[in-house]
Amino acid sequence: MSEEKKSLGKVLVNGILSENPTFRLVLGTCPTLAVTTSAVNGLGMGAAATFVLVGSNIVVSLLRKFIPDNVRIPSFIVIICTFVTMVQLLMQAYLPSLYESLGIFIPLIVVNCIILARAEAFASKNPVVASAVDGFGMGIGFTLALTLIGVIREIIGSGSAFGIRIMSQGYEPMLIFVLASGGFLTYGLLLGVFNAVVNRIGRSKGEGEGA
Amino acid sequence: MSLRLSTAPHIRSHASTGRIMLNVIIALLPAACAGVYFYGVPALNVILVSCAAAVISEYVWQKLLKRPVRINDFSALLTGLILALTLPPSIPLWAAAIGSVFAIIIVKQLFGGIGDNFLNPAIAARAVLLASWPARMTTFTAATCFSGADAVASATPLAVTENYSYLQLLIGNIPGSIGETCKIAILIGFVYLVFTHTVSFRIPVFTMLSAFVFAFLFGQDPVYAVLSGGILFGAVFMATDYTTSPMAAPAQIAYAVGIGFLTMLIRSFGSYPEGVTYAVLFMNILTPLLDRYMPNKVYGHQKAKEAKKA
Repeated sequence: MSEEKKSLGKVLVNGILSENPTFRLVLGTCPTLAVTTSAVNGLGMGAAATFVLVGSNIVVSLLRKFIPDNVRIPSFIVIICTFVTMVQLLMQAYLPSLYESLGIFIPLIVVNCIILARAEAFASKNPVVASAVDGFGMGIGFTLALTLIGVIREIIGSGSAFGIRIMSQGYEPMLIFVLASGGFLTYGLLLGVFNAVVNRIGRSKGEGEGA
Repeated sequence: MSLRLSTAPHIRSHASTGRIMLNVIIALLPAACAGVYFYGVPALNVILVSCAAAVISEYVWQKLLKRPVRINDFSALLTGLILALTLPPSIPLWAAAIGSVFAIIIVKQLFGGIGDNFLNPAIAARAVLLASWPARMTTFTAATCFSGADAVASATPLAVTENYSYLQLLIGNIPGSIGETCKIAILIGFVYLVFTHTVSFRIPVFTMLSAFVFAFLFGQDPVYAVLSGGILFGAVFMATDYTTSPMAAPAQIAYAVGIGFLTMLIRSFGSYPEGVTYAVLFMNILTPLLDRYMPNKVYGHQKAKEAKKA
């Protein structure tokens, strides 16, 4: 799973493209579908998750020699919880409106599979810097995916992007895109497109095999 | 004398996809004509735009993907026609076009094209339109019959307390979707479909029976319930889609009873006045399960338990 001599650049790009948590690993789909009703929500959720990912990856990597194997999952969860609580309190203090709109999905970052998966699959086996970069790359990949879904859903479903109206006044928003079913539709279509593109890139490089 | 050796089946029907689709289109014509008669030019425009958008999007998609273009089997035309007939006559034309494109591209072609869609494309598109523009989709104009009057907005008979007579419901001179109002026209289409062996009587008849019984059980006037709204249109033209309805007789009956039950459940206790759309979609999704647990008995097979039809 973890190649020791992987360059940091590759680790970073890995999280954005070939192992993009949303479009390739299909992890953390619950917040993906739930909060991407607008671009700002997607971006905020991505940023919060990125912070937690980087923090928990660093701490897990630092403690990887001390945590006994039998109790590693609870230990990871405690570490993740710490960072989630920090994000929650910071957001509540400085971004109250975003905090309101993300609601329950901020504390639920604790059970976001991406974070536990990276702690287990990468941070617990790799040195600190690589783990931090991995967390950052994964976080960026997650953020980009959520923002993209959010932008598309917001433009079609409310006629605006990042809260700024971009469609003409005559445009009647297609409400389904801000409903749950629109989330599934957008996610499914983007999933297909993203995989087609990444597979094509891999094929033209002659190294990647189709996922 | 030369003897030709070939594997079964030895008796072939001359039915082709195009012929079957054409039969259904012919069966829909009375309902379409009645809709145009009652609601005038706007209804005709909705039908034309919806059909054109469906055929064009199928053509463009198959061209883009370099697949054989199959618009001449009429299936896209049929999808567009069915969709148009489930829309209110006052729907903006762009919404009808979006519905058709969604039905063909997203619901049909992305899942593999004709025969591989897991939902009835027309009705899935109707559900999308209903979720996207709820006000547009539930504003019904009263029948004008080319009287020269401008369209008069009005509620569906399911949403108002004022009662229409059974005769009015039967003739369809009432507010509603384009194709669903004239029950007589739908019944003519149904008789044609059964007569030409295009569909079996089973699904429509059991759907209506089930709707009648459950309407009665839920404390409604059962005759009014089966004559109003889109249940008859849904039972005849939407529930009978080959791809998304079960194959064996018992499964078809379970499917039909389910549609009637869910429709009346939504009408009686749900927040929507009409539930045919969601009832048919729900049973569409259950169809693979019904096919699996109530399979066709394979001729000459003792244990049909593991029979997999492909």
